[in-house]
Amino acid sequence: MYPPNFNYVRAGSVAEALSLIASEDDAKFLAGGHSLVPAMKLRLDAPGTLIDIGRIEDLRGIAYGSGDENDCIGPLTTHATIASSNLASALVEAAGGIGDPQVRNRGTIGGNIAHADPASDLPTVLTALEASIRVENPSNARNIDAANFFTGLFETSLEENELITVIAVPREGAGTGSAYAKLFNPASRYAVVGACASVTLNNGVVSRARVAVGGLTPMATRCGSVEAALEGRSTDAIKEASAQVASDVGDDILEDIHASAEYRLGVIPVYVERALQAACARAAG
Amino acid sequence: MAKFVGKSFKRVEDPRFLQGQGKYVSNLQRPGMAYVAIARSPHAHADIKGIDASAALELDGVVAVFTGQDLIDGGVGQLPCGWVVPDCKIPERWPVVPDRARHVGDAVAVVVADNPYVAEDALELIEVDYEPLPVSMGARATTEYRAQQLHAEIPNNTAYSWALGDEDGMRRAFAEAAHVVELDLINQRLIPNAMEPRACMAEWDDTMEEMTVWTTSQNPHPIRLLLSGFTLGIPENKLRVISPDVGGGFGSKIFHYPEEIIVPWVARAINRPAKWVATRSESFMTDSQGRDHVTNVRMAMDATGTITGLHVQTWADQGAYLSTFAPLIPTALSITLFSGLYKIPGIWGEMKGTLTNTVPVDAYRGAGRPEASYLLERIVEKGAQKMGMDPIAFRRHNLIPADEFPYQTPVAFQYDSGNYQGLFDKLEEISGYGDLREEQKAKRAEGKLWGVGVSGCIEASGPAPSAVAGSLGSAVGFWESGTVRVHPTGKVTALTGSHAHGQGHETTFAQILADELNIPLEDIEVVHGDTGRVPFGMGTYGSRSAAVGGSALVRSATRVREKMTKIAAHQMESRPEDVYFDDETGNIRVQGATDEGMSFFEVALAAYTAHDLPPDIEPGLEETAFFDPSNFTFPNSAHIAVVSIDRETGEVTLEKYFGVDDVGNVINPLIVDGQLVGGVAQGVGQALWEHGIYGEDGQLLTGSMMDYAMPRADRFPQIETDRIETPSPTNPLGVKGAGEMGTIAGTVTVANAVVDALAPLGVDHVEMPFTAERIWQTIQAHS
Ligand SMILES: Cc1cc2nc3c(=O)[nH]c(=O)nc-3n(C[C@H](O)[C@H](O)[C@H](O)COP(=O)(O)OP(=O)(O)OC[C@H]3O[C@@H](n4cnc5c(N)ncnc54)[C@H](O)[C@@H]3O)c2cc1C
Repeated sequence: MYPPNFNYVRAGSVAEALSLIASEDDAKFLAGGHSLVPAMKLRLDAPGTLIDIGRIEDLRGIAYGSGDENDCIGPLTTHATIASSNLASALVEAAGGIGDPQVRNRGTIGGNIAHADPASDLPTVLTALEASIRVENPSNARNIDAANFFTGLFETSLEENELITVIAVPREGAGTGSAYAKLFNPASRYAVVGACASVTLNNGVVSRARVAVGGLTPMATRCGSVEAALEGRSTDAIKEASAQVASDVGDDILEDIHASAEYRLGVIPVYVERALQAACARAAG
Repeated sequence: MAKFVGKSFKRVEDPRFLQGQGKYVSNLQRPGMAYVAIARSPHAHADIKGIDASAALELDGVVAVFTGQDLIDGGVGQLPCGWVVPDCKIPERWPVVPDRARHVGDAVAVVVADNPYVAEDALELIEVDYEPLPVSMGARATTEYRAQQLHAEIPNNTAYSWALGDEDGMRRAFAEAAHVVELDLINQRLIPNAMEPRACMAEWDDTMEEMTVWTTSQNPHPIRLLLSGFTLGIPENKLRVISPDVGGGFGSKIFHYPEEIIVPWVARAINRPAKWVATRSESFMTDSQGRDHVTNVRMAMDATGTITGLHVQTWADQGAYLSTFAPLIPTALSITLFSGLYKIPGIWGEMKGTLTNTVPVDAYRGAGRPEASYLLERIVEKGAQKMGMDPIAFRRHNLIPADEFPYQTPVAFQYDSGNYQGLFDKLEEISGYGDLREEQKAKRAEGKLWGVGVSGCIEASGPAPSAVAGSLGSAVGFWESGTVRVHPTGKVTALTGSHAHGQGHETTFAQILADELNIPLEDIEVVHGDTGRVPFGMGTYGSRSAAVGGSALVRSATRVREKMTKIAAHQMESRPEDVYFDDETGNIRVQGATDEGMSFFEVALAAYTAHDLPPDIEPGLEETAFFDPSNFTFPNSAHIAVVSIDRETGEVTLEKYFGVDDVGNVINPLIVDGQLVGGVAQGVGQALWEHGIYGEDGQLLTGSMMDYAMPRADRFPQIETDRIETPSPTNPLGVKGAGEMGTIAGTVTVANAVVDALAPLGVDHVEMPFTAERIWQTIQAHS
C-alpha cells in the first residue's frame, strides 16, 4: 500500500493519546486499522498524523459487571474477543459474523462504532442494547447513549479530539435474551440489512422489547413501532409486530449494487422477525 | 510399469510456497531500480486534450513522466491481436493511449520515481485535460444504430461476425420439429482476480544491448515474440523473458499487456532497472475480463424428445480493444462445442464480437466452453422440462453412444473418446440420484424450494493442432517443446515450454519422467518460465500442459532412453533389443544376464566421457522434442448440484455437489481432484456471486473486493468427485485436460439446480448471478 506521507506516533496511555490529538495537526487515532488503512490505501483519507492507540492496555478487554452493573468493554477489544465472550448474546453473535477471521482478529469495537459505516453490525446491536459510550477529551469526559451517538452516514457525535474509552452494555439478566440476524453482503460480509432484538419475557408475555435495524438506513435505527406492537403481547405477535418496521425506518433507504431499496425494505421484516424469535427463545432459556 | 504416474504425490513446489519462499516478480529487486506507476483514465471514454506533468516532475524523487506520444516517438508498436477470424477488424491499441481513452483504467501517462510512494504521489499531480465522450455499453446494445462509435474504422462497434455449422440442416430441423424450446440468456461479465496481481520488472544492459523482462505471464515465449516482433522491437536473441513463480492466472495472464511494454521501454529510456506492480484496483480495471455474452438459443426436438436442431445467436462483448486472443474465445472455442455430449444433426451458431467502453474481455478459465456449456445445458434442461422427462433420462436419450467414437460433430470437432452413459451411471450412483428426487418430493410437499441440477458437459482442451489453429485464425502454432537433459551424474533437468502458475507441473512432469527414465522423482528438476533456459514454448492455458507439454517430454525422454539403451548395449556387449530398464534395481540390464548391469548414472557418465560409444552415437545426453497434437482432447463430465432457497429472503445455499469427470488417464489424482474442486468453486462463483458490473456511464462499479463477490470456502459443501477413465488416443499419455472442467460444469449445474428449485412457481429461467435479491424478485413476480 502506498498512502501519502503521514507521521506516526504511538500513544502509551489515554492521557498521552489525548494530549497528542490536541497537539498534532490533522491527526487520527489508529486502532485495528481495518477501516482507516483501506481508506488511506485508496487515498480516500490522508491524515497528517496517525496516533496509534493499539497498545494502550487500559483500553482493551472486558470487565463484567455484577448484578445490575453494566459490562464494560474497552474500545480496543477485538471482534474476535467479543465473539468468544459472555457479553449479551446479540453482541457475541454480531461480532462473530463480522468479515472474516483476519478482520475479527484486528478490528475493534471502538473503531467500528467511531467509523459508523451504515453497513456495520455493531452500531445496530449497541443501539438495540441501549449501550452507553464513554468518550474523553483532554479536559472532559461524557457518556453518550448509543441512540445519540450515531448521527448519520459515517457520522457520530464524537468530536475530533475525543477518544472512546468505554462501551457499557447492560447485562442480560434471567428472562432477557437478545439476537442479531443479518443478510451478508457476499463480497465484504458487511450487513446488507441487519436486525437486533433484545426482549424480556414474563410468563410468556414480552414485557420489554428493544429492536434496532441497520444496513438499510444511513445509521442504526431504533424501531419504536415494532417494540410498541410487541410489548405486552405474547410471542405469537412477533410476525405482526415485525411488519411494523416499515414505519420505523423512514424514507431514506439505502440502495447500491448489492440491493435495491425495495429489496431491503422487503426483507427487513424477515430479519426483525428472526432476531425477535431467536431473542425470545433465549429469553425463555 | 508405472511407479509414479497414476499415484497421488504431494506437490514438490508446495514447501517453498507454504514457507513464503516463492519467487514472485514483486519480490524481485535489481540494484538502482526505479518504480513505475501509471496514470489511468477515470473516464470510460474521453479525448485527451493535454497532459501537464510539470508539478509531478518537480516532486523530489520523480525521475521522469512519459505520455503515450513519448512512447510512440520512442518506437513502441501497437498491441497486436493474435487470433484473427475472417474479416476481423482490429482496433488501434497503444500501450499508453496518445489521444483517447476508451475504458476506465486505460493508461494515459507513466510516472517513474525512485520509490513507489513518490510514484503514487506524483500520479496525483499529473493534470490530464479530458473531454469526456458518450459511452457505448452492452454486448448487443453497442451494435445498435445510435450507439456511440468506439473506433472510427469499425462500424457498428462490430469487430467480427462468425458462424459455423449446418444452416440448412438447422432450418430443416426447426421446420420439421415437433417441439421447440427457446431461451434468452446472459453469461455475465466476470473479473478473474488471480491471487497475485500482475507485475513487470525490466533491466537493460546498455553495453550488451540486452533486455531482461520479468513478467507474471502464463507464456513467456509468446510474450517475448510479441515484444520483439511487434511492440518493443528488441531482437529476440537480445531479449530474455522470465516468468518465475506466478500466483494464479486463470487465463488473465496469457495476454500481452501494456505494462509489459511500458516497463522495459522505461528501463531502456532511463537506463535503470524499472518495476511496476499492479494494485488490486488496477487489477480490477486492467486485467482482461471474462464471459459477457448475450445469447438467444433455440432447440428443435422430434416427438420422442430427440434433439434435432440447435440455433444460437450470440453477441460477445470484447471490451474496448481486441485483447491477444479475444476473437478465439466466442468462435473456435465456443461454437465448436455446441454439440455437447449429444448427437445433434442441425447445428448453426452465429457470433458477433462487439466493442464497448469496458476493460477488454479475453480467455478466462474455460474460455468459450463455459459459455457453450451454459447455453446448451440450460436449453437441454428446458427441453427435458418441455418433454416432461427426467433431466438425466432426457440427456441419456440424446447422448453419443460409446461405440461411435471418434465422433464427428457438425461443428468442426471430432471427439476423441468417451463413455457418456458411463458418466451418468457413475453420477447416479455416487449422488444417490433416485433418493435425491424422493427427498425433493418430500421437501416440495412441505413448501420448500429445493432443487437438483444436472449437467453433462464437454470441452476441447489441449490446444492445438497447429495447422487447424492456423486455419481458424491463429497467428501462432500450438505445439509444445520439451527438453530432457541428463547430467553426467545421472540427475535430470527437464525444460518445458509449459508454464505452471498453480498447476503443479514440477510434480506431475517429474512423475511422467521418473517412469519414462526409471529414476527417483527427486532426481528430476522441472524448469519452466524462462526464455533464457527453455528453447521455446507456448505456455499454459486451455488445459494443455499435460496433453501437449507432457507429451513433448515423453518424446524427448523416449529418445534419451533409446540412446542410453544403445550406449548400455554397446558397453555390455549386447544387442539393444536385449537391454531393458529394470524397475526393481533402477539399473539398465541385459535380458537373462545375471549381473547387475549398469546404473543409470554409469550410462549417463559414459555418454559424457565418450570414451567408448557406439560408432553412430554422439556424445552427450540431451534430447529436445516438439509435440504438435493431432487433435484436441475432449474431457467430459456429468455433475449434480443440490440447492435450497430461502423463500422469504431469496438466499441460495449450495447443499451438495457431485461431479464425475472423464479426463482420460490421470497422472496425479490428488492434483486432478484439486483442479476439479477449485474449478467447481470458480464455476459456482459465477452462478451465485460474481458479476463485473459497469454503470451506464462505463464506470466499473465492482472495482474492489468489497463489491466484487468471490467464492468463499465456507459457502461450500464437500464437493464429491469421482471419475471414469477413457484414455485419449491423441497423445502418448492418454490424458485429457483437467484444469477447466470444474469451472465449465460448475456454473450451469448450479444454474439448473436453482431453476429446478423455483420450477414449482412456474419459473423456467433466471439470470446469473443468483443473488438473494434477484431470487427474491423472481419469487415475488411468480407468487
Ligand atoms: C474485509 C473487511 C470486512 C469487514 N466486514 C465487516 C462486517 O461484516 N461488519 C462490520 O461491522 N464491520 C466490518 N468491517 C469493519 C471492521 O469491523 C473494522 O475493524 C472496524 O469498522 C474498524 O475498527 P478498527 O479497529 O479497525 O478501526 P480503525 O480502522 O483503526 O479506525 C477506524 C476509525 O475509528 C477511529 N477510532 C478508532 N478507535 C477509536 C477510539 N477508541 N476512539 C475514537 N476514535 C477511534 C479512527 O480514528 C478511525 O477514524 C470489515 C472490514 C474489512 C476490512
